[in-house]
Amino acid sequence: MSGITAERAVPDRPSRADSYLTVETGLASWLLTTDHKRIALLYMAAITVFFFVGGAGAVAMRIELFTPQADLLSADAYNRAFTFHGVIMVWFFLIPSIPVILGNFLLPLMIGARDLAFPRLNLISWYIFIAAGALAAYTLLAGGVDTGWTFYTPLSTAFANGHVLAAATAVFVAGFSTIASAVNFIVTTHLLRAPGLTWFRLPLFVWALYATSVVMVLATPVLAMVLLLIFAERAFGIPIFDPLRGGDPVLFQHLFWFYSHPAVYIMILPSFGVISELVTCYARRRVFGYSFMVYAILWISLVGFLVWGHHMFVSGQSVFASLAFSLLSFVVAVPSAIKVFNWTATLYRGQIVFDAPMIYALGFIGLFTIGGLTGLFLASVPVDVHVTDTYFVVAHFHYIMVGGAVSAFYGGLTFWWPKMTGRLYPEGWARFAAVMMFFGFGFTFFPMFIMGFLGMPRRYHVYPEEFQVWHVLASAGAVILAAAYLLPMGYFAWSLVWGRRASANPWDATGLEWQTSSPPPRENFLVSPAVDRGPYDYHPAHTGPPSMEREPHRPQGGQA
Amino acid sequence: MNRFSLWPQAASEQAARVDLLFIGLLVISGAILLLVAGLLLVFCLRYRRGSSAPRGLLPGFLRRDVEIGWTTGTLFLALFLFWWAGATQLRAKDPPAGALEIHVAAKQWMWKARHPNGAREINALHVPRGEAVRLVMTSQDVIHSFFVPAFRLKQDVIPGRFTEMWFRATEPGEYRLFCAEFCGTDHARMGGTVTVMQPEDYARWAAAQPQEENLAEEGARLFTALGCSGCHAPASAVHAPLLAGAYGRMVHLADGRTIRADEAYIRDSILQPKRDVVAGFEPIMPSFEGLVDQGDLQRLVAYVQSLRGEAAR
Ligand code: HEC
Ligand SMILES: [Cu+2]
Ligand SMILES: [Cu+2]
Repeated sequence: MSGITAERAVPDRPSRADSYLTVETGLASWLLTTDHKRIALLYMAAITVFFFVGGAGAVAMRIELFTPQADLLSADAYNRAFTFHGVIMVWFFLIPSIPVILGNFLLPLMIGARDLAFPRLNLISWYIFIAAGALAAYTLLAGGVDTGWTFYTPLSTAFANGHVLAAATAVFVAGFSTIASAVNFIVTTHLLRAPGLTWFRLPLFVWALYATSVVMVLATPVLAMVLLLIFAERAFGIPIFDPLRGGDPVLFQHLFWFYSHPAVYIMILPSFGVISELVTCYARRRVFGYSFMVYAILWISLVGFLVWGHHMFVSGQSVFASLAFSLLSFVVAVPSAIKVFNWTATLYRGQIVFDAPMIYALGFIGLFTIGGLTGLFLASVPVDVHVTDTYFVVAHFHYIMVGGAVSAFYGGLTFWWPKMTGRLYPEGWARFAAVMMFFGFGFTFFPMFIMGFLGMPRRYHVYPEEFQVWHVLASAGAVILAAAYLLPMGYFAWSLVWGRRASANPWDATGLEWQTSSPPPRENFLVSPAVDRGPYDYHPAHTGPPSMEREPHRPQGGQA
Repeated sequence: MNRFSLWPQAASEQAARVDLLFIGLLVISGAILLLVAGLLLVFCLRYRRGSSAPRGLLPGFLRRDVEIGWTTGTLFLALFLFWWAGATQLRAKDPPAGALEIHVAAKQWMWKARHPNGAREINALHVPRGEAVRLVMTSQDVIHSFFVPAFRLKQDVIPGRFTEMWFRATEPGEYRLFCAEFCGTDHARMGGTVTVMQPEDYARWAAAQPQEENLAEEGARLFTALGCSGCHAPASAVHAPLLAGAYGRMVHLADGRTIRADEAYIRDSILQPKRDVVAGFEPIMPSFEGLVDQGDLQRLVAYVQSLRGEAAR
């Protein structure tokens, strides 16, 4: 039991002079910090603001759609609301949330490093993000944009009268922040792993962050380029997409989706990692098929670059191109299915505890499965022709990105909250919020599948009466969902003051991040850890976990 | 357009095929969902902490074999679904020869249709039941999308380009027409009605519409008015290709390429004649960019298309 002895040697709580939260004080010590843990909290503050702003757009839409007529918003106001909701949620919430909050905080801890490879770059990337956010806020205050987050040409270049250039610049700038973080993560994973932490001993969350970062570095420049082209045409009249001057409006869609399909995986891959950590810990079992999980992540990141044309089945592209993209889209579904099967199989012969993070994880698996299966409908060309640009697609990607990624984000935040803050959250409330999030999500978005199949187009602020019943259901569900999102903010804040103190490893988890005090000291580990085994050693290899006791499990390594 | 239903009306041949595929996908994904949810439920109950279920080592076969098994299983399922969907799509690829050709022009925020006999309508489309109908569509401003849920069909309508879609309606009735691609302020109001009529009714309806010249005839007048005939007429002194029979054939270009003279090619010949120069001719044809609008362009193209018929006769 050498591992456990090593664990006991770690103090549960650092002294005030050690804890990263209190080692320095004052506003400047936060705004100029290069500590990855503090920067993660800076990101959390900024992203929470964006979540509220983007959420406000959603609320406005759901209220408007309660009746078929226009009552709350004018046509233009509605168009601006959904554009803003999309832009903020995609680039200022979903893409950054898990990587730059949980990832920033945990990556060095999980691999036994003192910080990221480039601590100052990490801080700069936060400032770039804030600059981008300020531009986005300016766009909103100046009157907004009405192109949809997809910025399709020639609408965006020649016809839209909103602040397209400001919005495009905001997204352009945000991209640099993404790239900076991604480079940092890649280098950190390559260079700063603790002795003994070989690639195939990495926790799956680290693998997921690594793959996400590679996709970010490869895809984001394409977005930057296409935004520059929009700039060139709209600001300087250089014809690129304008058909009247020999341009090709559909070219934009190719470039945009060449980025934006991989972006879907930027949003969902990190949550795969989070869910793997949660499921193994609360099932007290080694993850089923570790190497397949790794290959699935890599396979998704690779093939994810080759399927962009499935967004363009009705754009007039040749049927044969559509079929090629359809085939690749079916192929990329396989690794996602593998992940779902493996999480399920991890539960087999486990010792399952239904703490809040586990409920989030189970909810994730359910919602992600529905989201993934409806992806098969959309990969089928004839069905996609009918349901694309309808609420069916809206439902599909919200199942993946909100039911999936946001549930995983909340689950991960709950799981690592004691490590980040040194406080335990109230378990009962957290379970309640997790259950409510699952059902609220279902009530909001399942009706959208039905109305989409019935033919309700997306981005409509008025609609034929026959769709009203589904819109009413969705709007009612959204109330529950909103409450489920707000509740954790309340009890997390509460726990900062009144929450019980957390021990170093409250969940008896095996990752290196738990082999240091909660919250960790500024240098993460007082003694640099060494790793002597793979992740998730929740039970001895020759037998499963017992039915009741939490031991024996062995940490991946420790500060010994 | 009934008020409450779980299944959209189906009023075209393609709709029946799409629905079959959709049902197949529902059954398969429903089964997978039940399997996953069932396993989750059973495992969660049986292996909850403190339950007396025996745990211990996983049976040996449950490692690699099972993993490889379900990987190949899902792969084959995916390939099967691809084949089914692909075959369904290919069956509906080309319109039959002699399909009724209706021209559709989209603009912010209305649909304009023009029937072969010159009948025009706005935000409405009348079509005969049982006959193949081919829509040749273009947009005058941004991208729109012609969407008729009851036909399970949708096609983007793009400026500077012709896109096509075709269908054979099976059920008389009135169906909704939507614009599905976001196109600006009044996108949500850019809709209308598709009316499927018995063929006799359609013929009567079309004849009763105010008769206007058809597209090709108007195009013929433009052809003279714009001076095209000065070069392209058989008697012209200028060395320019005769356009009779030009549409649809393979053209040899001066740079060695060979391309089919489709609508896009004719359109390009008018707007950017220097791009594809016909072999054996000087690039003297001026660009009509800015001189002709999208409507004129459609008329000219229709005229050149109609010349095919004369050559064949
Ligand atoms: C100054 C003489 C001239 C005028 C005026 C002119 N064209 Fe042409 N056109 C040519 C020549 C020469 C070619 C062959 C070289 C080329 O492809 O550019 C040609 C090619 C074409 C072609 C391709 C023919 C093929 O066989 O592939 C089309 C279609 C066409 N013209 C249509 C028009 C139309 C419509 C107009 C009026 C709007 C017009 N042209 C006006 C000289 C002219
Ligand atoms: Cu995609
Ligand atoms: Cu439109």
